[in-house]
Amino acid sequence: MTNPTFQAASASLAALPATGLSIRHAVMELGDGDTRVTALDDVSLDVASGEFLAIVGPSGSGKSSLLAVAGALASPDSGTVTVNGQDLSQLSQGKRAAFRLSNIGFVFQSGNLIPALTTADQLRLVNRLAGGPKTFDPVALLESVGMAHRAANRPGQLSGGERQRVGIARALVTGAKLLLVDEPTASLDRARSREVVEHLARQSHEHGVATVMVTHDHDVLGYCDRVLEMVDGRLGAPAPVR
Amino acid sequence: MFLALRELIFARGRFSLMGGVIALIAVLMVMLSGLSSGLVNDGVSGLKSMPVTAFAFDQGTKTDNAFSRSVIDDQQLIAWRGVEGVAAAEKMGVGMANATTESGKQVDLTLFGVEPGSFLEPSRSAGTGLGSSDGIVVSSTAKAEGIELGTVVTLDRIGTKLKVVGFTDGQATFGHVDVAYLPLKTWQLITSGQAAAGTPTAAQLSAVDFHTASVVAVQAKSGAKLDLAAGDTAAGTSSKSLSAAFNASPGYEAETMTLSMIQVFLYAICALVVGAFFTVWTIQRKHEISVLRAIGASTGYLLRDGLAQAAILLVGFTALGVAAGLGLGAAMPEAMPFALEAAPIATATGLTIGLGLIGAAVAVVRISRIDPLNALGGQR
Ligand SMILES: Nc1ncnc2c1ncn2[C@@H]1O[C@H](COP(=O)(O)OP(=O)(O)OP(=O)(O)O)[C@@H](O)[C@H]1O
Ligand SMILES: [Mg+2]
Repeated sequence: MTNPTFQAASASLAALPATGLSIRHAVMELGDGDTRVTALDDVSLDVASGEFLAIVGPSGSGKSSLLAVAGALASPDSGTVTVNGQDLSQLSQGKRAAFRLSNIGFVFQSGNLIPALTTADQLRLVNRLAGGPKTFDPVALLESVGMAHRAANRPGQLSGGERQRVGIARALVTGAKLLLVDEPTASLDRARSREVVEHLARQSHEHGVATVMVTHDHDVLGYCDRVLEMVDGRLGAPAPVR
Repeated sequence: MFLALRELIFARGRFSLMGGVIALIAVLMVMLSGLSSGLVNDGVSGLKSMPVTAFAFDQGTKTDNAFSRSVIDDQQLIAWRGVEGVAAAEKMGVGMANATTESGKQVDLTLFGVEPGSFLEPSRSAGTGLGSSDGIVVSSTAKAEGIELGTVVTLDRIGTKLKVVGFTDGQATFGHVDVAYLPLKTWQLITSGQAAAGTPTAAQLSAVDFHTASVVAVQAKSGAKLDLAAGDTAAGTSSKSLSAAFNASPGYEAETMTLSMIQVFLYAICALVVGAFFTVWTIQRKHEISVLRAIGASTGYLLRDGLAQAAILLVGFTALGVAAGLGLGAAMPEAMPFALEAAPIATATGLTIGLGLIGAAVAVVRISRIDPLNALGGQR
């Protein structure tokens, strides 16, 4: 597909190596004994700031494991992961949490939001946790994902698509430059899925955020700048065009 | 506390149920504390108000009822007066008596025989002090029995007549019976069995051949530390400090132990119930906590938030329960030994909150074991 933003992002890949995500030869094995599986098998990946990358692949191929490693939630057995120029293996356990808070945004498949908090408070909580100057104004950010009118509602009163849009806003509120998204549209209908992914694409292009989205939904790949496929822990060439 | 407060409001149904249990425990705590203080006052207020450091009982006296069982003599008194650090020591006689007022009302009295003018003489709220051979100073609580200044009580069986000349300052009861202070000589006359019916006369008093009393009451010099063991060796007594001597009053130990045991169980229940609630609450929130940790919330922040939530719940509802307990306590019937005292209630409140917090802390620590990786993927 041709996308002007994609070209701009590709250009910045060479120019700004210090931003975005860079994984080199990551290997990770999970489980022990008989159940031992290679979740990541020599994975290397670069995602530039402003680039929206989709990863597809069969269940159990290691997609979530890749997000865990990229998001400083798990350490690879070997290989390096660099986010915004920071080598994650250099960070202590406590520093990792602080690093995630201000540098990495997550959008999970479900249970993204805290049931007790209103839409605006979801963002305010993360802002308070981060407490840094880079944080965005929650209401303005909600406005940009079309959720400002629901600022005072709790997650229980929102539709699935609305919840994911709030989740996107929350992931970006601390000024994160890497956005990791795991199956954001798994429980949404077609129209809602498109809407959510459209927001993801727009936000990552507008804010110059490197976004990695794992999805099973081939319908939404048209919004992505690049698509990779994961099979048995190996990250490969773009999925064959259907 | 950003999250803690919002969760309290969001899950107010669950938290109010838990808070209701905490409040009821607090009500029960206040009631037990009031009952316990009331029983203590009823049992030993007569001793509590005395300016005494220690009581010396005859060596080998059994603890329960030791006051009326022990017999001491002048040698023992003199030995105690010679002990270092002793400001004053006096003989004191203790005995129980049944009596009848002029109007035919039957009353029970604990007779405290003390030397008139000595440090053992009680401070009074009304009337004159001890002196005349038949004059007694009785507990102010005896007024409820219809006893007034000038009332003459006749001791049952022996027929000795005693006249109320004063009331103590506040409650003075011993073994749940009103105390009547009387001159030691008169006490000795009555106890010797040589008393005749009617008002004790000076001739009877000087004729009585009975010089022992029940205990030696010892007052230490201010600031001096009394060596009780040395005094006991010198005098052939076994002494107890004032508060330890409470146990020598009738039934005191059994009553206080029963109440203490109930209180200990309540504290344990409080810690367990609060712990169980927060364990379930934390497990219910497992997924959202893993999301928060994945986002980057520090363990310390989440622990502080969880503990603050428990503290708000405990302090709020304990205060509510204590207030309700105080209200209920004020409405207790007169006959019930019940006394609301600030210090024991403050202790009970502090312990309820403190032990509840320990229970909650054990549960909330689970937060640190929740893996942020759980947030990834669809599994819940
Ligand atoms: N905690 C674990 N212990 C052992 N093995 C695990 C663990 N987590 C995942 N695995 C295994 O690692 C492999 C990769 O898992 P991963 O969750 O990354 O797959 P996935 O591509 O995200 O799958 P899906 O599309 O179903 O979400 C799978 O074979 C899985 O069974
Ligand atoms: Mg997965």
